[in-house]
Amino acid sequence: MSESHVATHHELGFVRKYIFSTDHKVIGVQYMITAMFMAIIGGLLSMLMRYQLAWPQAISPIMAKLFPVSYNGGVMAPEFYISLVTMHGTIMVFFLFTAVLTGGFGNFLIPLQIGARDMAFPFLNALSYWVFLLSCIVIFAALFVASGAPMGGWTAYAPLSAVPNAAPGQSTGMTLWITAIALFAVSGLMGGLNYITTILTMRTKGLSMMRLPLTQWSLLITSILGLLAFPVLLGAGILLLFDRMGGTSFFIPAGIIMNQVPLDHSGGHPLLWQHLFWFFGHPEVYIVVLPAMGMASDILSTFCRKPIFSYRMMVYSMVAIAVLSFIVWGHHMFVSGMNPFLGSVFTLTTLLIAVPSAVKTFNWLGTVWGARIRFTPAALFALGFVSMFVSGGLSGIFLGTSAADIQL
Amino acid sequence: MADGSGSGRVTLSGVVLAALILILIIASLYLFIAQPYWFPVLASEHGGRIDSLFMAVLVVTGIAFVLVQGALGFFIARYGENGGERASYWHDNPKAEAFLLIGTAVILTVLVFMGQRVWASIYFSDEPANATEIHVTGEQFSWTFQYAGQDGQFGRTDNKLITSTNSVGLDREDPVGKDDVVSANIMHVPVGKPVRVRLRSKDVIHSFFLPNLRVKQDAVPGMGIEIWFTPTRAGQYEIACAELCGLGHYRMRAFLTVDESQDAFNKWMEEAAKQ
Repeated sequence: MSESHVATHHELGFVRKYIFSTDHKVIGVQYMITAMFMAIIGGLLSMLMRYQLAWPQAISPIMAKLFPVSYNGGVMAPEFYISLVTMHGTIMVFFLFTAVLTGGFGNFLIPLQIGARDMAFPFLNALSYWVFLLSCIVIFAALFVASGAPMGGWTAYAPLSAVPNAAPGQSTGMTLWITAIALFAVSGLMGGLNYITTILTMRTKGLSMMRLPLTQWSLLITSILGLLAFPVLLGAGILLLFDRMGGTSFFIPAGIIMNQVPLDHSGGHPLLWQHLFWFFGHPEVYIVVLPAMGMASDILSTFCRKPIFSYRMMVYSMVAIAVLSFIVWGHHMFVSGMNPFLGSVFTLTTLLIAVPSAVKTFNWLGTVWGARIRFTPAALFALGFVSMFVSGGLSGIFLGTSAADIQL
Repeated sequence: MADGSGSGRVTLSGVVLAALILILIIASLYLFIAQPYWFPVLASEHGGRIDSLFMAVLVVTGIAFVLVQGALGFFIARYGENGGERASYWHDNPKAEAFLLIGTAVILTVLVFMGQRVWASIYFSDEPANATEIHVTGEQFSWTFQYAGQDGQFGRTDNKLITSTNSVGLDREDPVGKDDVVSANIMHVPVGKPVRVRLRSKDVIHSFFLPNLRVKQDAVPGMGIEIWFTPTRAGQYEIACAELCGLGHYRMRAFLTVDESQDAFNKWMEEAAKQ
């Protein structure tokens, strides 16, 4: 007769249970709430842009009171508009999409769907959230610095981002931007490590890899992409900080004259930033979309009440997309000044990555064919996702064809 | 029927959603066939090849768009739930999958080759010998155009010679540089004659964008990038900056005039040289 040992621990206090919790569901909800807050901020920024585009001549006394420097006399200053573009893009891509899909849904769903009690590293999990929250605070602060919010675009091309006096807002604001992105990368790395370990080692008995829900496959593959791509962004950000504050010249060539003053830099190349950024940036967009694809597949098959069409090919195509995503980054740089021969190479790989994406789309169609659809809101989202992905994915054919991309 | 022998029901939700997809298809077809908003008027030789490539891709993707969205809409309308009926059960269909995968790969491969021919004709071919060479310098926030002048040779430029009136730092003491023509924000070329442009930047990345001529090339500080094109239609066209370069990016415009004859171009060069 064995004695069951029940671990007796006293009930956790409110703070340890709901605020500094290591429970994956609490952390998942924390990610989602923070990301939703950032979504509201990012949405407000886009509304300001749309308002300006709709009524460029309008004078807004309310805005003049709230932002006296940026809305001098009630009219938006041009640098503020470019800051809006920059901050809206940055906040939406990093602090909303990546955070809510990998951080929010990932944390919440992984242990539940694989039958584990919690993630492999619960403390690291909590740490990844708090670093993410810190990065949100830093990027939010960048909006309010006296010298102006950053205006380098979400892609922060050098030398515009590397020389503090290249534009208003490119001094303290830009430094805060880089810091926020670096913190976000660290948070992403911690999370990714956790997810991969959990999914690979903590599946319940009998749950083989090819029985995993597609959501889990997508989160696993996304985390691998994150572990390989985020360090490049982190490294590039550190190099950029050194150029700005340490007198180095990673991205700044010789002979630059900024505001009539020649700069004392030499040896750098602006294209290096672009290569580093987009080597991260392309896997990043797959980091954003793959969890959504995985979840849409599961939701679709649930409400169509039949298995996802060709589960095996869905897994293989996600793996193919992940592998190929590392060799297409140059399609963001066709006219950047890089060797045009690379333009040919990247066109080939970009149109190649369209094949597994098409396979997934046909499989979604195959899931809806012969189904008995129950039209719940979740089902409508999943069906709408398929339609939107068709439209978006086909536009990639135009942009990936280098010659057509010149004009576009 | 619970035994799976029914065939689904046309439901209200399904029909409404399918109708929305149909509206999407019709609106998209209208926009791309009637073309109420389309590319600006074409004014260059290679631009015609780019436009044809775009149309080819448009036809291929348009057909795919209509077929896939149409199928989705049809299935949504047709296969709504019907009481406790079970859905048709299949978990894959290797023949159909193979057909679609290979078909997609073949179509995309054809597009890659078509696109590559156009790309190669722009970037892997040298300009003809009679090309007019122009050195274009981008800076925050203007474009400066330097022509070689009568002697056909470009004068030396030096950063140390840059002043507010000499924005490219042209050395007027250089015997070759005496007759160079430097023009701020106004570019002229004769129609029908190839043009070679050497792009430079003084500060941040700019992009030399001629929408009517289907020309776009980033001007990167620390690099001298050469492209060539042939204008085929006289007129005045916009030169825009297509890479965020700071506060005045939105107003970094210049104007290209394609002169209808070599004489008109020569006349402008004489006028510009006097300044």
